[in-house]
Amino acid sequence: MRPLVRLGLFLVSTAVFAGIFVAALFDLHPLGHADPLSATYGDLVNSLTVPERHITDAVTAVNFDFRGFDTLGEEFIMFASVLGAALLLRKHADESAGPPIDKQQGRQITLASDAVRLLSVALVSPAVLFGIYVVTHGQVTPGGGFQGGVILASAPLLIYVSGEFHSLRRVAPRWLVEAAESIGAGGYVVIGAAGLLSANAFLHNFLPLGRPGDVFSGGSVALIDLTVGLEVAGGFILLLLVFLEEVLVLRDPI
Amino acid sequence: MIWLQTAILIMVALGGLAVVLTRDPLHQAVVASFYGILLGLMFFLFQAPDVALSQIVIGALALPLMILLALARIRRKRERSVP
Amino acid sequence: MTHLAYCLAAWLFAVGLYGVVTSRNMVHLIICLSVVQSSTYALLLAIGYRAGAAAPVFADIPSGTPAVDPVVQALMLTDVVVEVTIMALLLALAVLAYERTGKLDPNDLGMIRG
Repeated sequence: MRPLVRLGLFLVSTAVFAGIFVAALFDLHPLGHADPLSATYGDLVNSLTVPERHITDAVTAVNFDFRGFDTLGEEFIMFASVLGAALLLRKHADESAGPPIDKQQGRQITLASDAVRLLSVALVSPAVLFGIYVVTHGQVTPGGGFQGGVILASAPLLIYVSGEFHSLRRVAPRWLVEAAESIGAGGYVVIGAAGLLSANAFLHNFLPLGRPGDVFSGGSVALIDLTVGLEVAGGFILLLLVFLEEVLVLRDPI
Repeated sequence: MIWLQTAILIMVALGGLAVVLTRDPLHQAVVASFYGILLGLMFFLFQAPDVALSQIVIGALALPLMILLALARIRRKRERSVP
Repeated sequence: MTHLAYCLAAWLFAVGLYGVVTSRNMVHLIICLSVVQSSTYALLLAIGYRAGAAAPVFADIPSGTPAVDPVVQALMLTDVVVEVTIMALLLALAVLAYERTGKLDPNDLGMIRG
C-alpha cells in the first residue's frame, strides 16, 4: 500500500471514529461518578477482600484470587512471548563469521567511569532487597509478583552497567534464568492444582489465611506472588541476556 | 487534586504526541522513557499505586532498555555489512 | 475535566495510530504501538476512578472505606508487565527482519518469502 493511500485511509477512519466517539461522550458518566451497575463488582471486591481473604491490597486479591485464572492466562502470554523472543534471537550458524566489531582496529573500548561503576555496584543489593520486599508484601501493600519481579530484574542490569560483564554471566547464567522462569510459570499451575485437590476448585486457597496486614497472610496468594515474581524476574533477565548476548561478546575486554 | 489531575492528563497527551513525532528511534527511546514516567505519575494521581509502581520500572527502565539493545544489534549488523 | 480522561484515551489512540501509519522505521513503529497501548490505560483508569475515593489498599484505612475500582487496576497491572514482553518479541522480529533483508523501513518490505 502506498504511504499516501495509507494516510488517507487513516484520516477517513479517524474522522469516522471521532464522530462516533463524540456521540458516545454524551452518554458516558463524568469522571469519578461511575455507572452504579458496573461499580457493583469493584465495590463488592473492595468490601470482601479483607474479611474474606485477609488481603489488604485489593488489586493483589483480584489478580491472584478473585480473577486468578485470568492472571494465569496473562502469565502464559508473557511466558510465550519471552520464549518467542529468545527463540528468534538465538545464534545462527552464519553469525559468528568475522571478528566482533570492537576488536577491529581503530576502535576504542569505552569503559564506564569510576563513579558510574561505584554507584551501580552499590545499588545492586538495595535493588535485590527492595525487589524481594515488594514481592513478599504484595498482599499487604501495593506491590506483588509483577512489580517486584521487574525490580529484581533490574539488579543484573546494574551489574552490566558497572562493567562487570563476567560477573553478570556468573551471577545469572542462562540455564539458571530459564529454570527460574519455567519454575515460576509451572509453580502457578501447581498451586492451582493443589487447590483443586484440597477443595475441588482450581486455585482454591489451601493455606491458613493469617492475620490481615501480616506478611504471612492471604494463604496461597502469598505463594502465587512468589512464583509470579520468580517468573517475571526470570523472564526479564532472559530477555536482557538474549538482547545483550551479542553486545556482551563485542565488549569483552579480553 | 483536580488541578494536578488535569495537568497530568494534558502532560500525558503532549508526551504521547512527542513520542510519536520523534522520528529517530534512538532519541525516541529517551522520550519514551519520560513518557513512561509521566504515565506512572498519572496512575499515582488517579489512586492506582500498584500500577504506578510497575509502570515506572517498566516505562522508565525496561522498555527503553529493550529499544536501545535492539538498536545496538541493528547497528552492529549495519557496521559489519558495510566494512 | 469531566470528560478529559476519556478524550485522552481517544487522543493517544489516534496519535499512536498516526505514528504507526506514517512510520518509516520498524523500531519507531513499535514504540508508536506502545503509545496506542497506553490509550487503554487511560480508558481503564477513567472507568475505575471514583471522585474522592482512596486507593484500594486497606492496610492503613479501615475495610469499607470508599475506594476506587480494583478490578480495572488489576487489568492494567498485568497488562503493563505483559505489554513490555510483547514489545520485546516485536523488537526481536524487527531485528531479525533487518538481519535477513537489510531493511528497516516497513515500506521496503514487500511480500515476505519463506
